[in-house]
Amino acid sequence: MAEPVEEPAVTLDAFLDQSNATSVRLEEGEDARALIPHLDRLSLIEIGFGSFGDGRGYSAARILREAGYQGELRAEGDVLVDQIAFMRRCGFDSFAPERPLDPEDAARALDRWSEVYQPAADDRTPIWSKRHG
Amino acid sequence: MYKYDHYDQAMVDTRVAEFRDQVERRIAGKLSEDQFKPLRLMNGLYLQLHAYMLRVAIPYGTLDSRQTRMLAHIARKYDRGYGHFTTRQNIQYNWIRLEDAPDLLADLATVEMHAIQTSGNCIRNISSDQYAGAAADEVVDPRPFAELLRQWSSFHPEFSFLPRKFKIAVIASETDRAAMRLHDIGIQIIERDGEIAARFYAGGGMGRTPMIGPLIRDFVPIGELISYSEAILRVYNRYGRRDNKFKARIKILVHEMGAEKFIAEVEAEFAHLRGLNIDAPAAELARIKAFFTDPPFEAGLPDEIDRLDPDFAVWLDQNTHPHKRPGYAIVTISLKPIGGIPGDASAEQMELIADLAERHSFDELRVTHAQNIVLPHVRKADLATIWGALAEAGLAEPNLDLVTDIIACPGLDYCSLANARSIPVAQKIARRFADQQRQRDLGELKLKISGCINACGHHHAGHIGILGVDRKGVENYQLLLGGSGAEDASLGQITGPGFDEDGIVDAVETVTETYKTLRADGERFLDTYRRVGMTPFKEALYG
Repeated sequence: MAEPVEEPAVTLDAFLDQSNATSVRLEEGEDARALIPHLDRLSLIEIGFGSFGDGRGYSAARILREAGYQGELRAEGDVLVDQIAFMRRCGFDSFAPERPLDPEDAARALDRWSEVYQPAADDRTPIWSKRHG
Repeated sequence: MYKYDHYDQAMVDTRVAEFRDQVERRIAGKLSEDQFKPLRLMNGLYLQLHAYMLRVAIPYGTLDSRQTRMLAHIARKYDRGYGHFTTRQNIQYNWIRLEDAPDLLADLATVEMHAIQTSGNCIRNISSDQYAGAAADEVVDPRPFAELLRQWSSFHPEFSFLPRKFKIAVIASETDRAAMRLHDIGIQIIERDGEIAARFYAGGGMGRTPMIGPLIRDFVPIGELISYSEAILRVYNRYGRRDNKFKARIKILVHEMGAEKFIAEVEAEFAHLRGLNIDAPAAELARIKAFFTDPPFEAGLPDEIDRLDPDFAVWLDQNTHPHKRPGYAIVTISLKPIGGIPGDASAEQMELIADLAERHSFDELRVTHAQNIVLPHVRKADLATIWGALAEAGLAEPNLDLVTDIIACPGLDYCSLANARSIPVAQKIARRFADQQRQRDLGELKLKISGCINACGHHHAGHIGILGVDRKGVENYQLLLGGSGAEDASLGQITGPGFDEDGIVDAVETVTETYKTLRADGERFLDTYRRVGMTPFKEALYG
């Protein structure tokens, strides 16, 4: 689990408004695809989770990775230990939970699943491919 | 039927360990109830009026005898000796203690079962045709496609926090026995020019805003089943409403966006996703299909059945269905004894059903969305024996698809969402129509009761539907006519002002008596209603 770099992220509107920023913050309702033309110059995209039950950030993250984004992808906000394994599979590589996670619980959650059923934004091979070499 | 390999088993075992850890953290106070709630829900554990309710997944409604015996064992060990089969082909237990739940799940895992995603805002257990693999009218067995979707949707990282729950049904006949178009996604497997493909409907559902799902793609190549499903889910996850829980199902998105725009969004996402190589390899579908090949049916079996016992003959005519192979029949075991609780079975009854399936149905049985059990592959020569055993256990009610074959939700007797009781109303109606001659005379009549507008009892899809509401602290029952969950899907219309508990039983009788005076030769209640409309029924009820 990467440590978040301490760089303030600008809003999507400010970023699209021609800023030179290399980081941006996406709120739940914002369209991740608006960033696709600019991915080359971004080194940090922070995606906000106002409530852990709002899962739009998972799609946003995967869309960015599918578009080839290589920089840091951070989940910020109501990020709970039981969500981080899913988040990592969707392409998040850093976490900034508003309430700190117990490091042991977090490590256990990230290591728990040795197999996955379906492809996502990580490089894990799904079970249905492993079955057929 | 499908058997787990070491991968499937490892996934389920891991889930048990994870949930055990979560329960421990909850009991230790490291998780608040708010934080724990979505986690327990994704393991099928609801906090109800009196206790925890645990819902166990029965993928596409298929079970073997070993699994059924385990369900009986669980009823005895962790509950009060019975279980309740649901309209999603699952089973739920109403009296579970939180601290027992991890052990219960560990027991289930020993027979390749689980409670994964049987609740919560995720992709739920996938339902299918209860006659799959046995019906003469199917293109192929739909269950391999349902199994592939089960694997894809299990622990899906992107779609575990959807706006709301998400239900998928897969069928492969023109006859719809699974209420496919009343699902978030309904899939009909079709064959065209020798190619198997999937026809997709989306945005159907019941609840407080019932909708029949529109067709959104007529032909999805079977090799792209997953990427197309993923496209729908992504559009829903991104754009489905999250501001109001009652407007969060995909049916509202499809309705508000309009089917045409929704389809365009899905097509755009599909065009993107189909290039990412996310579909399962063809070899995987072939592997799964091999589990669903025909059992070793015998050739040359007789079709004649000795009908000397009149009670047996009645059951035979009502509760068996033609099988695709000569000499075989499909048997439905009614879980609707007159005066009983629809869908309930005791541990002893489950064990008997398991024995019968093992001995007489190639070790297979099915749960139906109408809350009955099916023995799919029975030699006609064995039917009398089976009937005798069922009759002894109180399971031979000959009422399949008749007025007493009632779907009912648990209602206010168990459910914390309910406004009114469903079970006592179902029991009173069943008693009123207990006479078998009378039921048969009324013919096919699907009566469905929900104890609140969430519609778990499918009242919108009942030929006759009943909706319990709370009116100033008093239970009140609205009556609906003309719904159908079959291939001729339609939504019932409310007759007018509601009735009290006894009044609704009288009202149902008024409706059936009116039907008898109006029906033409061979017309079911639904046909007559569609021909004559609401007016004569309204007049009889309120006139």
